[in-house]
Amino acid sequence: MTALDMAPPSVQQAQSVWRLRWKRFRGHRTGMIALGVLVLLVLFTLAAGPLAALWGIDPDSTDLLSRYDPPSADHWLGMDDAGRDELLRLMYGGQISLLVGLVSTLIGGVAGLGIGLSAGYYGGRLDALLMRFTDGMIALPLLPLLIVFGAVDLTKLGFSSEFAHSGAAGFWRVVVIIAVVDWTQMARLVRAATLSLKERDYVLAAKASGASPLYVMAAHILPNVATPIIVAGTLTVGRVILLESVLSFLGFGIVPPTPSWGNMLNNAQELVTTAPALAVYPGLFIFITVIAVNFIGDGLQHAFDPRSSR
Amino acid sequence: MSVATPLLQVTDLTVGFRIDGQVRKPVQGISYSLDAGRTLGVVGESGCGKSLTALALLGLIPAPGQVTGSVRFAGAELIGQPEAAWRDLRGNRVAMVFQEPMTALNPVMPIGTQIAEVMVLHQSLAWPEARDAAIGLLEAVGISSPRQRAASYPHQLSGGMRQRAMIAMALACRPALLVADEPTTALDVTIQAQIIELMQELQSEIGMAIQFISHNLAVVSELADEIVVMYAGRIVERAPAATLFDRPAHPYTKGLIATLPDPDRRQARLPVIQGGVPRIDAFAVGCRFAERCPLADAHCRSVEPTLDPLEPEHWAACFKAGQ
Repeated sequence: MTALDMAPPSVQQAQSVWRLRWKRFRGHRTGMIALGVLVLLVLFTLAAGPLAALWGIDPDSTDLLSRYDPPSADHWLGMDDAGRDELLRLMYGGQISLLVGLVSTLIGGVAGLGIGLSAGYYGGRLDALLMRFTDGMIALPLLPLLIVFGAVDLTKLGFSSEFAHSGAAGFWRVVVIIAVVDWTQMARLVRAATLSLKERDYVLAAKASGASPLYVMAAHILPNVATPIIVAGTLTVGRVILLESVLSFLGFGIVPPTPSWGNMLNNAQELVTTAPALAVYPGLFIFITVIAVNFIGDGLQHAFDPRSSR
Repeated sequence: MSVATPLLQVTDLTVGFRIDGQVRKPVQGISYSLDAGRTLGVVGESGCGKSLTALALLGLIPAPGQVTGSVRFAGAELIGQPEAAWRDLRGNRVAMVFQEPMTALNPVMPIGTQIAEVMVLHQSLAWPEARDAAIGLLEAVGISSPRQRAASYPHQLSGGMRQRAMIAMALACRPALLVADEPTTALDVTIQAQIIELMQELQSEIGMAIQFISHNLAVVSELADEIVVMYAGRIVERAPAATLFDRPAHPYTKGLIATLPDPDRRQARLPVIQGGVPRIDAFAVGCRFAERCPLADAHCRSVEPTLDPLEPEHWAACFKAGQ
């Protein structure tokens, strides 16, 4: 008998539980609206390529004569401080920001989840070791750490220099850096929840039924920590989008001219008095994204807890 | 019942915890046996070590706890066996029913799934088959429209139904031994009677042995063949149920029996046993019950009595036994 010789959710079993959850999620109105908003945002950002081709505008080409142009028929949201089409840059920037936000949250979340679960469940020395490591990560000053990670030469790590200087490398660099520094909160939350859950009678009952530790964690503890995970996860998405902008500002994230909402917002800081719209647009999109993700989190929480009414 | 070796033979079982540098033993040196198909009642107040004894049978004593002695189950020694062997045993050949079904069932998992889980773990059934089997089990424990109930979550069921579901879960693999830890304590009286009846029915059907733990002597008397009375981690008396009620030997047992309400006697107040179970760090040198015993003398307080036979199948740990 290996530790996890029985996959907790079989296909058929999982289907009915997931179908039930989806049904409960659909019953959560704000959650559904928020999901719609997020889908619209994604579609909006994905429209960047086709629209740029259609209009024949290069989002990176600068035109110093049309800096800060107001909205017009050709450029719906006007031009930015370098005479680039603001709307197209918002779309392209959204692709990066949304992807960074979701992927980093996911990777950091999974890492934090695994660390928190095993620390909380096994306790003792493993717990002490993992939690001191977590404390250490939290104690490290963020900015110097980001700068060090950002300066890592990828070619020295065995990647081809072609990849190291591509846009994909820049993206993954940001994702990995953020995931590395941002799992700690999730780990601590999950550990705390696990500590209390593992003392529950149903965990003892599951052990008395002959379940292995891994099975108990996956089937009995994980679904019961869904609530803190979802709350922390949805809050993280917003924070990560802003963290990306900090990295970009330092020149280690998504480097201009490639736009992201974060670096657009940063650029616009000094222009707030002259061209406030340039700060408002990306700020508004980040705001909408964070709100939407939070409401989706609400809906997910409702869907995962069979006890919640409605 | 004349079986050569009993199904369960517990010898000198001790559970020790190291607290503040000293080893405390909430269960100390207990021995009993249980034949296949029979029911053993374990009674005693809260804190007498009844539940720890049950957990020791399943190898589930929490981490710093040390278990010594011998537990032979179906001829094999359990104490000291590897964790994998324990997992193979739990839920499969030795199953457990817990006191409070609301907390012993996972709140976010449908009960059908929780019952199916045991069979997937032990009988290498696929989930769909196990689910069907779970529906059959729910029907067997007397839950109406089992197909719909299998998809229900614990909070959607009544207390009695939840305990029936717990029993279905425990019996999923037709265990040889069922350990029931206060299975009726959290239920109201009519439901208690139903659950006891159900357990008796299933016992005769499956032929399993039951170790029934309760602080309620009246409940135990309804289904136990033999009764073990525990006090402060020790067995103080052991006898067939009828003998125990007829000729209780230990003052503690007498006290417990006296506290039972009797419709033939008109009493303004029920008698009580004064005091409480001593804390684990305050176990006396002599007899642990001496503090509360009306018969105790200096000898009782200095020397601990051993569990000695009084008559065939009747043991008591008391110098004053029979007085």
